[in-house]
Formats: sequence, C-alpha cells, structure tokens
Amino acid sequence: MIPPSFEYFRPATISEAVSLLQQHGDEAKILSGGQSLIPMMKLRLARPGFLIDINRISGLSYIEEEGGFLKIGGLTREAELEASSLLHSRYTIILDTASVIADPQVRNLATIGGNLAHGDPANDHGATMLALGAQIVATGAKGQRIIRIEDFFVSLFTTALTHDEILTEIRIPVPPPKSGGAYFKLERKVGDFATVAVAAQITLDGGGACQKAGIGMTNVGATPLKAKKAEDFLRGKKLDAANINHSAQLAADESQPSPDLRGPAEYKKGLVKELAKRALSSALQRAGS
Amino acid sequence: MAKKQLVQVKINGRTREAMVEPRLLLVHFIRESLQLTGTHIGCDTSNCGACTVLLNGKAVKSCTMFAVQADGGELLTVEGLMQDGQFHPLQEGFKQEHGLQCGFCTPGMLLSAYALLQQNSNPTDQQIRWGISGNLCRCTGYQNIVKAVQFAARKLGEGKSVAQGGSK
Amino acid sequence: MQKTTPEVGGMGHSLKRKEDPRFLQGKGNYVDDVNLPGMVYGQLVRSPYAHARLKSVNTQNAKKLPGVLAITTGADLEKAGLSWMPTLSGDKQMVLATGKVLFQAQEVAFVVAEDRYTAADAAELVEVEYEELPALVDPHKSLDPKSPILREDRTEKSNHIFHWEVGNKQSTEKTFSGAPVKAKVDAIFQRCHPAPLETCGCVADFNQATSKLTIWMTSQAPHAHRTLFALVGGIPENNIRVISPDIGGGFGNKVPIYPGYVCAVVASLTLGVPVKWIETRSENLQSTGFARDYHMTAEIAADKSGKMRALRVKTLADHGAFNAAAQPTKFPAGLFSICTGSYDFADSFCEVDGVYTNKAPGGIAYRCSFRVTEAAYLIERAVDVLAAELKMDPVELRRKNFIPPAAFPYKSPLGWTYDSGDYDAAMKKALDMVGYDALRKEQAEKRKKGELMGIGVASFTEIVGAGPAHTFDIAGIKMFDSAEIRIHPTGKGICRMGTKSQGQGHETTYAQIVAQELGIPAADISVEEGDTDTAPYGLGTYASRSTPVSGAATAMAARKIREKAKKIAAFLLEASEEDLEWEPGKFYVKGAPAKSKTIQEIAFAAYTNIPPGMEAGLEAVDYYDPPNLTFPFGTYICVVDIDKGTGEIKVRRFVAVDDCGNIINPMIVEGQIHGGLTEGLAIAFMQLIDYDENGNIQGGTFMDYLLPTAVETPVWETDKTCTPSPHHPFGAKGIGESPNVGSPPAFVNAVVDALSHLGVRHIDMPVTPWKVWKILNEKGLTG
Repeated sequence: MIPPSFEYFRPATISEAVSLLQQHGDEAKILSGGQSLIPMMKLRLARPGFLIDINRISGLSYIEEEGGFLKIGGLTREAELEASSLLHSRYTIILDTASVIADPQVRNLATIGGNLAHGDPANDHGATMLALGAQIVATGAKGQRIIRIEDFFVSLFTTALTHDEILTEIRIPVPPPKSGGAYFKLERKVGDFATVAVAAQITLDGGGACQKAGIGMTNVGATPLKAKKAEDFLRGKKLDAANINHSAQLAADESQPSPDLRGPAEYKKGLVKELAKRALSSALQRAGS
Repeated sequence: MAKKQLVQVKINGRTREAMVEPRLLLVHFIRESLQLTGTHIGCDTSNCGACTVLLNGKAVKSCTMFAVQADGGELLTVEGLMQDGQFHPLQEGFKQEHGLQCGFCTPGMLLSAYALLQQNSNPTDQQIRWGISGNLCRCTGYQNIVKAVQFAARKLGEGKSVAQGGSK
Repeated sequence: MQKTTPEVGGMGHSLKRKEDPRFLQGKGNYVDDVNLPGMVYGQLVRSPYAHARLKSVNTQNAKKLPGVLAITTGADLEKAGLSWMPTLSGDKQMVLATGKVLFQAQEVAFVVAEDRYTAADAAELVEVEYEELPALVDPHKSLDPKSPILREDRTEKSNHIFHWEVGNKQSTEKTFSGAPVKAKVDAIFQRCHPAPLETCGCVADFNQATSKLTIWMTSQAPHAHRTLFALVGGIPENNIRVISPDIGGGFGNKVPIYPGYVCAVVASLTLGVPVKWIETRSENLQSTGFARDYHMTAEIAADKSGKMRALRVKTLADHGAFNAAAQPTKFPAGLFSICTGSYDFADSFCEVDGVYTNKAPGGIAYRCSFRVTEAAYLIERAVDVLAAELKMDPVELRRKNFIPPAAFPYKSPLGWTYDSGDYDAAMKKALDMVGYDALRKEQAEKRKKGELMGIGVASFTEIVGAGPAHTFDIAGIKMFDSAEIRIHPTGKGICRMGTKSQGQGHETTYAQIVAQELGIPAADISVEEGDTDTAPYGLGTYASRSTPVSGAATAMAARKIREKAKKIAAFLLEASEEDLEWEPGKFYVKGAPAKSKTIQEIAFAAYTNIPPGMEAGLEAVDYYDPPNLTFPFGTYICVVDIDKGTGEIKVRRFVAVDDCGNIINPMIVEGQIHGGLTEGLAIAFMQLIDYDENGNIQGGTFMDYLLPTAVETPVWETDKTCTPSPHHPFGAKGIGESPNVGSPPAFVNAVVDALSHLGVRHIDMPVTPWKVWKILNEKGLTG
C-alpha cells in the first residue's frame, strides 16, 4: 500500500516546527513515531499535504523527576519507557502500559507524545494518564501552556491541541508514599488494540483507607474515559473486596463501549468490571497495603 | 509529485544513496532503490514484521517509516549478517534447529532476534517469544525459532567466554 | 528398508535443509524480487460494493496522470473475449467486471504505470459509477425466492450451484428411526483464509521478438496454470513458460488463477514490456481464495452401549460469487465424504448443497485435502456430543468405535477404501503422553472449586495424495505426478518434479528419496521445480500430494535408473545380472563383496564405457498414478484452562501423535506438524472472514484477521506411530495437512469439555473469549 504524496520538512527546533505548522495550517501533520500516522496514510485514510518530522529535534526525549513532577518528553519512545529504571522503581503503571503497546519494533519508534496526541480511544497511555492525573504541556507560537488531562481528550481523534501546537511534555504529579498503580489490558493477541483496558492508581492514607483513586479506561468510548463515580466511591473507604467490586461495577456503568469484532458491548462492560477489579487489587498491593 | 530528496544511508557497512520522493517507504528504498530484496513485505498495516531491519541498532518495521527519515542513519539488513563468509550464529541456529520453512518471514525474524540478543544475551524461552512477537510466521509455529535463538545465544555466549578467556 | 549412512542421508535422516542457506542470506527469489529491465507495474481498481450494477468506468483523469501507460476495463476485455475465465470447479469468474459486481473488492479495472506509486495514485483516479443492489450475505437465504438472483450470466435463474449426495439414504434413515440414542450437532466451519505471508503476484513478460510469454507467478501448480493460459488465452503452449520461483507459503491460496495474473499477462501482451502485479495484504484477504464456509449438521445414531450405527450429514456450502473451489471435477464437495472418520459405521448418508452469495469467490483447500478439514471437524465434534449424551468418556466412546487394525483395507460406507490404520495405537500413545487419567481427576477436583479446565480429544483420519487418475482430475487434467532424474557422469545428479515447494523442503526430501534408492548422497542431488520449460508435467503441490505422488514417482524413476545401472554393473564386473546384489550405493557379486561397482563408477561408465547395444546416459522419468489415496491419522489431545473473569482460554498442553507411515525427514515432518497445529490454533480461536449485512468484509487486514504470534502459540508436544502405506513405493503418507485437519476439533472439544457440566455442547469457531464469557455470564459465573 502506497501513501499519497506530501511535502516533507525536518525542522531542527520546536519553534521552527511550530512556524511550519502555522504556515501550512490544517494540511500539515506532525510526524513523531509515525506508527499510527503512516499506516493510516498507507490506507489513504490520512493524506496530509505537509509532514513535519520532529524526530531530529533534540531535547524532547527524557524521563526525569523535577519540581514534584515526573516529566516525560513528548518524543520519548515506548521502548525508552520500558527500559527506564526510574519507571521500574516508582511508576510501574507506566511500565505496564508501555510494555503492552503494539510490539517491540513499533515500540522502538512509537512515542508517548504521539500516542496521546493522536486522540485514539484505543491508545493505551490515555487511560493511564487519566488515572495519574497528568498534565499535558503544549508548545505553540505563544509558548507553552498546560492542559489538564481531563480536558485533553475532546472527541474521537480530537484533542485540545490546536493545529499549531505540539505536545512536548507530559507531567505527572509525583505520587505520595503509599501509592500504587497498575494497567490491565485484554487484547486478542499481542500487537492488538485493547478489547478493554483499565488503569488504576491509588493512594492510601495512614489508616490504610483510600485517600485518592484514579481510574482510566481504554477503548470503551469516543475518548479514553475517566471513571469518576468509581473513583469518588473509593475515597475514604477501605479497599476490601466488596468496595473494589462496587467501584469496578461503577466503572463498568460509566463505560460506553461499542460492539465490534472484539465483542459485544455487554462483554466489554463485563471486562471493564473484571479488569478494574484486577487493576485496583494490583494497585493496592503495589501501594504496600 | 513532491520534489525528490537525497537520502544517504550506511547499509550493511556500505554508504549508499538515492534521490527519492518523500513518500517512498523505507522498505521500497531498500528493496528497489538499493536492490537488496532480502527484506520482505507481508502486510500493509505494520503487523507482520517481514520488513524488519535495524536502524541505528534498533529493530524497526521498514514499511512503517519513510526513507527520508532514515537519512544519515545506519541500517542492517539480512544481507549484512554474514561475517567473513561465515554464518552469524543466528543464521546457523535457524538452519540447525529448522527455524524456517518458506523463508519469507525469516529475514525479519533474524533481525528481531538479533536486536533481542543484543539487549538480552541469555533470554528465557518466554523472553524470546515476546522478543519476536512483532514478527509473524505462518509456517513454523515458532517452536523451532525459539530453539534457533537459544542456539545462537549459546553460541554467542561461548564466543564471549572464549574472548574473555583470551584477554586475561 | 535398509537405512543409509548419515553421509548418504536417505530415508529417516533429519538432514538439514538444502534450501536454507539462500533464505538465511536474504537471497531467496520470490516473485516480488524479480526485477526486469523496462518493467512496469499494475494495480487493480476494486469495487467498494458487494453487489452493484456497473453504470460507467471513466478512466480519463487517471490516464492523464504522468507515468500512466494503460488502463484496462471489463469492457476492453470483453472485446477480446477475455472478460470471463473458467474456474477450477467448472464455473466461470469475471476477470474485470462487466454488468454487475458481485462481491466487495471485485476487480473492476487494471491500471499500468511506470512505477507502483504512480499506479496506486492512478487507481484512485479511476471513476466508477455504481448503482448499489441489495447484498445477499447469508447462504441460508440464497435459495429464498425473495433473494436476488446474483448470476445473470447463468441460464439457471437460481443461486443454487450444486446438490451432491453419497451413501445409502434409505438404510441410514431406517437405522436412525430405530436408534435408541441420537446425537446432533449444528456446526459452522467458518470462512477463513490461508493468508500465506507472501501475497499473490506475478511478473508477465511477453517478448514480442520471440513471441514467448514468460510468467513468474506465485503458483502451486505451474504446469496446470500454463495449460490453462494456453487454453483460455489461445497462446501456443510451447510459447508459454511459467516459472514459480521461491514461494512464501501457499496453503492452497496459490492454486487458483486470479484476475490479477490475467490482467498482467494481457497488459504485457499489449505493451510488450514486463508487467509486475503484486497484491497488497488487504487484496489477498478480501479477494483471493477463502476456505471452508461450510454450514453443517451431523447426526449420529447409536445404541446405549455407545456403539455407533449410522451417520447422517447435511451441509450448506457458501462459495461466494463464483464457484472457484479448487477441487477434482467429480467431487463438488471435495473429499467431504471422509466424514465417517476413524469410526466403523454400518450406514451413512451425506449431502451437500452449494450456493452463491455476494462474497469473495472460492472454497479452496486451505492446508487441506479438499474438504477433509471440514469433515474431520464435524465428526470429531459429533462424537463428543454423543459422548455427552451417553455420559461416556469421549476417549472410551472413540476406542469402542474405531475401525480395528484387522479391518484394513477398510471400505467405508461412503465409498473410500482406507489403505491402513491403527487408530488405537495413536490414541494410547497420546493418552500416556498427556497423562489422561490424572487430568480427568484434576478436572473433577477443579470443578468442585469452581475452576474451569477442559480436555479435548480428536482422533482424525486424513485422505491425501490424489489421484488415482481414473477418479481425480483438475480441470480435466488427471492427477498423476512426475519426477525426472538425471545422473551426471561424475555420479551427481539433478531431479526435477511436477510439484512445487512453498516451504515444505522439497529440495531436501526428494534428494533423500534418491539417496535412499540409489545410494548417492543427498548432498549430490539437486532438486528443481517450478519451471515449466524444464520440469516434467505435474499437477503441483497441494492437498498433501507431493510425497504420496511425486515422492513415489521419484522412487520409481530412481528404480528405473537402478535397473539400468545393474546392467552396466554386470558388464563392468563381467558377471550376470542375476549374480549381482545391491546395497545402497553399489552392486557387488554375490559371495564376492570385493567385486563391486559403486553407483558413481557406474554413472561414469554410462557415458564413457557403455555396454554394446545400450543407449548412453543414466536418466529416467516417471509419471506416477497412485493406486489409491493414503490415509494418515492421529490422535490429538488438548488441555485448556479458562479465565472465568475474561473468558480467555489458555492452551496449557497440546499433545499430537501423528502417523504418516514411513518418514523421509523427521525434522521436516515435525516442523510441518508445528506449523499446521499453529494454523489450527488460529482457526479455532481467532480467525474469521466475516461480512456485515451489506456485504462489507470485516477482517480484511491483519489488524482484524488475526495470526497468532509466538506469545499466543503454545509449546507443541509431538510423537508418532508408524503404519506404512501398503501401496506407496516406500510406505509414506502425506503429513503437511494432518495437524491443520486434526487440531481444530481438539481445541474446540477442550473448551466445550471445560463447560460441558454447564450443559454446553457446542461453540462455533472462532471460540473467542467473548463467546465463552457470554456463556459464563448467562450462568452467572463471571466474577
């Protein structure tokens, strides 16, 4: 399959990339890892007239803690997330997520920024970032602005980024002690998009009750979804089997799956419940209950 | 048609270049511009991994990348695996353990396995299965491919210990 | 059979493959690797609709694109009388659409351009106007008078293709009416696709100076394809050369002739330059030979002790828009009447009706000997349903009803003569390997705790190696096959065959047959296939026929050479032929083993010191017509664990005991089994070519037509028994397809077994997590 023709730019700096975006308007697309965009171009479902390759812009790939945040550069590859000792020791939920995206070759190129900016409800990082309460740093002509993850996903394949903005960083508040998270994904085979996946991040208080819970869901709506009622229910409660079960049920109720080849909607709701239970239980364990 | 651009790569140790349209896929650049047809195309959707090559040491699917993106990069394809007329231990392993049948997935499989062994020189069977999970094989059922990679890991390990022994 | 030394490498040696070095260096030569001077590229324009009237095809804008050389439409081909072509099932198929399109992705126009990128752009610019018609998707509605008639070209105004029946209807009915126990299963063997990793394609090169047409093509049957090009295209057959180079997997997908090949040939004839056409993956999945789509009902009549008396089978076969099944002329449902399987039924009746729908054409034999896969699945499912009905262990029921070893050659009630078998031996070995009794105990304990595990057993019988020629043909050409062996003066040789390897390792195994018969090391024998200008005529490789037919031809040709070699040896040793003894590699004088001549010495003499009156040279050709098919068999046992929360099924163990008679290369046979089991796993759990109500294909890419990776694939445990074929020259049977035939019922039986205490008797493939979850959810068993 053959992609349509386009003009190619390889800017060396963010500001150069942003001005190219401004110059070419809606016809321009950012080429990051390209692992979603290029297949869509080959299927001729996407046909940008101008492709702005940001892969040679330096300083966009990093994983570090600074100022109370875990900061991940937008161009950081999934494989780099997988290999990060910082994530291994303190952010296993992100590791869970990165390691079940597509396959090894795709993860060598695919970026966390691209994964989020693509706005695909089937992409995995969205749910995890919702669970973690992340912030998105968008860089445009007027400099940087911060978008709360809750406000980032607008509709199917649409995010809060304007056409001349680039997702340059993801910021995650460093979780307090006694926090833990996990991402559970059911896929038909390795490399598939999730039938359903659930991310859960919790923080326990001194008494072992749930101080804070974040629950995100993949591929059960037009955008990655935050299970607000399920989160609210858990606050202040012991994470015992009954409460986890009830919260998981609330998450299932909040999901809006569509039937497809992966199964009927009823099944997907059932999976949300099951995977939410597993993710919460694992989060609890990791929080060191 | 967009203006053609010069793409220069170092492929299997040799510097090669060609003028290409920006939309030219890396796999077509390798197969058609550079006439190295060992790298194959098995799907359109980045699922099968038959087109896997190493770009700057990382396994990538060359059907899901434009040639212009690889400009200035270093590529390794199946044609570059032999050293001094000798099979790489992976090639030897695939032969000894019957890790191939029709041979179509084999080049991509070899390159994925090559990348895996560079990261993990002593993988478990399960790690090998995950390491080649971006490569589909329709013939072997993977079992002998796993054995072939283990064969190579052993052989490379022996080579290393000999080399270490020699340096003492 | 005398075993040769490892250096000679005859039968039974796990020789490393001779074809591997080129593949391992990226030096294979697949069709897309063929690059000829001046070569141009073709691309098909395909229909977005499943059923529509073609109003107009406008190529004006596409032709204006720089680099576009020609665009062919159905109307253009119609003028040349080439808009339709015959299928391998006595039907015909449109090359490029005229009048109506009948399935989504049907071929509508062929664009030729200087490079493939321009061809792709131009294909988008071809403007086709359609008037959409209601699509007929459900084969059960094909015969409904309210459904549209799809094929306006036929004189019969019906969507019915054929009715075929075999067996004794009356006695079967009678047995059923008096039977104390009956079991019934409705089972769909879903539409699936062979999906070899290399798609189909060709390079057609018509040389106007010599009038010779050379076609490099992904062909499992190059000789038959050459004949069809000659018959249909009117080109003298001596002016056509089909070359089937290295093939990246076939599995039956590369047996038919597809419109793209024909279009490339027409374009090359017109333009006088080589034209390359290579399918995309989507084109391969959406338009080329699918397999199965059999909607089956089986009923078994039995007595209370579990003795099975009669089998009754009724099947609806969905062939899509054209009956493009590749199967022998006399068998519209292939060898489906092998459906009595490994069991001794007194009575049986089987009927099949074929119908048209608005789907891709086909019904090809995907890693299968003409519908044996459907048959084996059906009987092995039905036996499990009967076992549940009788509350009997499925192993016990099978063993009670196996055709006993003493009954061979066994005449089945549906007309086949099984050559040999020892079904209980394979069963016993598989039970021991898997530890069956302990597993049943474990299952009982798990059930008490509410955990779900299942054990699935299948004891299949295959039927492979067609001919015999008096019964079997493809498009009129009899199903013999051939081998030609030439021994050179230095004792090395070349063997050429009518078959064509697609990964089966023919270059190694045929050389081993020669090594066994002549004692010449396999390393000294080259094997060549696929070039119709050099190889002897043959019907090709599919339906596990290479070893049973061409393998036999190889042995027979080698034996002819040995006969001549004996005469030369007698001359050289100044002995009479009767006084000579043979051991692999040499003739010696009885009682005087020092007086001997090696085959190499004899070969040299055949060109340098020929006995008076004898023709020079040492070569032979054999066209082998098998007296019967071969009947490989085996027992497979699968153990699954089910995750109640998600419906996921994990194959914990899979034991496969196969019997393919005498084995040429054990390593290659084991590899074939691993591969076939993995394809069976995919069919059982993942794969379906589905259509929505408008005939839009679902699963037309590898994103939705799922091929398992190494992670989903379990570790296969294999072993064998050996019951040689009594009629094959060296006692071999086919093996490539057994694992793909025998494994689907083992997988499904295991899942159904895990749920049988809940009253579950059948689940249609693919057995997906959601189907299992739905059952558990209805029973209130999901978390």
